Amino acid sequence: MKAENNDTGNKMRFDLQVIASWIESGARVLDLGCGEGELLRYLINHKQVRGTGIERNETKVAQCIEKGLSVLQGDINEEVLDYPDDTFDYVILSQTLQQVYEPAALIRSMLRVGPKGIVSFPNFSHWGIRLQLLLSGYAPKSRQLPFEWYDTPNIRVITIKDFRKFIHEVGFVILREVAINTHSQDRHGKIISALPNLRATYGIFLIGNGK
Amino acid sequence: MSEYIEHDKNRISVGIVAKQFYSFAEPPDEMVLESGAKLGPVTLAYETCGALNSDKSNVILILHALSGDSHVAGYYKEDDEKPGWWDVMVGPGKGIDTNRYFVICSNILGSCMGSSGPCTINPKTVLAYGLDFPVVTIGDMVKAQKALLDHLGIRKLLAVVGGSIGGMQVLEWCVRYPEMVSAAIPLATTVKHSALAIAFNEVARQAIMADPKWNHGDYYGGPKPDLGLAVARMIGHITYLSDESMRLKFGRRLQDKSDFSFNFNADFQVESYLRYQGKKFVDRFDANSFLYITKASDYYDLEKQHGEGSAFKAFAKTQAKFLVISFTSDWLYPTYQSRAIVQALKKNGRDVSFCEIEAEWGHDAFLLPNERLSALIRGFLERVFHESRK
Repeated sequence: MKAENNDTGNKMRFDLQVIASWIESGARVLDLGCGEGELLRYLINHKQVRGTGIERNETKVAQCIEKGLSVLQGDINEEVLDYPDDTFDYVILSQTLQQVYEPAALIRSMLRVGPKGIVSFPNFSHWGIRLQLLLSGYAPKSRQLPFEWYDTPNIRVITIKDFRKFIHEVGFVILREVAINTHSQDRHGKIISALPNLRATYGIFLIGNGK
Repeated sequence: MSEYIEHDKNRISVGIVAKQFYSFAEPPDEMVLESGAKLGPVTLAYETCGALNSDKSNVILILHALSGDSHVAGYYKEDDEKPGWWDVMVGPGKGIDTNRYFVICSNILGSCMGSSGPCTINPKTVLAYGLDFPVVTIGDMVKAQKALLDHLGIRKLLAVVGGSIGGMQVLEWCVRYPEMVSAAIPLATTVKHSALAIAFNEVARQAIMADPKWNHGDYYGGPKPDLGLAVARMIGHITYLSDESMRLKFGRRLQDKSDFSFNFNADFQVESYLRYQGKKFVDRFDANSFLYITKASDYYDLEKQHGEGSAFKAFAKTQAKFLVISFTSDWLYPTYQSRAIVQALKKNGRDVSFCEIEAEWGHDAFLLPNERLSALIRGFLERVFHESRK
């Protein structure tokens, strides 16, 4: 890592700032779908974590390794299987769950290789999305989910309420949750306390295996 | 493997380098090889570039492949036609930056580029060894390199880097001398040859041994098995390229003619290319060395030797941080073989990064100018150098 690196919390995406604030110094972190490594780099520089990332896209993997991050190119669903139990303290799945084919299997894998998982996703029940469907009759698009129905990589629509129910059904526990309002690339945002399922654009959950 | 290298287009180079030699294992203290045979004295040719820092913490050992040598970068003299075989990677400001790191590259045991091999003089007979040279292994090559580093007073390697057979030596270093290796970059390599790789090597060896001039390895002082060695090299070159690269480079284009010759001269460009590569190779390489080194690579089996058949157990011995790299079009050492290395390292909780680089040039991609490869290696080395100084 270059010493002149000047990443700061307020420059990073707001949802990642929230995630970073939940992780204590020196933790072992696995970031599934780490992209260009923004969160990992922040956590290593500011919280001295031992971080590993998994990313499918070669260019993004290369950008991460060039920055001095430890990152593996591969499919998150398969790569996570190789790690021994409790290799990490936190396993992060940031804005990727909506693209996962078998969410339950992946969440189980996450909570096998680490006792705590952090999952964030765009909230599909935001009032703007509800209103679009109601008024226009077309499949909704938003700043967070900007695709047409036929070209979206997002194969799951998830709401904050749905996720709570899902975690309960697969037998895990929610240790902490925050709903935020921001655009996906925004460096700023705010936490939504009242009526999150209606008003928040993203949900961020800290989950545990309940042991 | 150095067929591609050209002068750096920006004339950036480590400059003039010199081949040096180190001899050890003088009888009666010969080196005991993996086969049980004894060899001595043993000579290794080596070169260095860059400067060793005061605490000797900036040493990078580069391991070369089948036909490489100690001449990794720079020039022996100003008017050399070509620089060293990895001049694109090693030099001031390059992927392996000689302004920061002290680079050592030694010619492997069994080769013919200055280190002990079948073409060197057997002190007992005062003739070239020929087939009296004992069969050496990748482990023997690495043990000899360790002796060289001891001689140079190097106790710790910041990184070991190499592709193909050089990558096998990287892996061997990591399990054999784990406490010495901080980081490792195995490129386009494997823990063991596939049947496909062994098969190509065997056909190449047969080409040499079928040449009457080979004479059971005893040809020094007489005509050499140039035809056999040239065919062996042609086979090698096919395996280093790929369907895609050959299609782009040659297609079915004809060489210096507009129609078929209706005889058995080289009509196609690909034929002409292979013949040229074969002919060029015999001027610089020894046929017996080709047999010895390909055999060593076929014998190599990290799992069997260091892990009772398990990659997981073998890599449990390592301590290094890894950057594993494969290339999409490499069908000689395909990506699944690199992934097997990565998987065993992950299961052992080792720090490992992996990237499969999209490249059309097949196995030889690691020798060609590639900005992505240089950037990956540069970034990884910067990190491990920084972490090693904490």
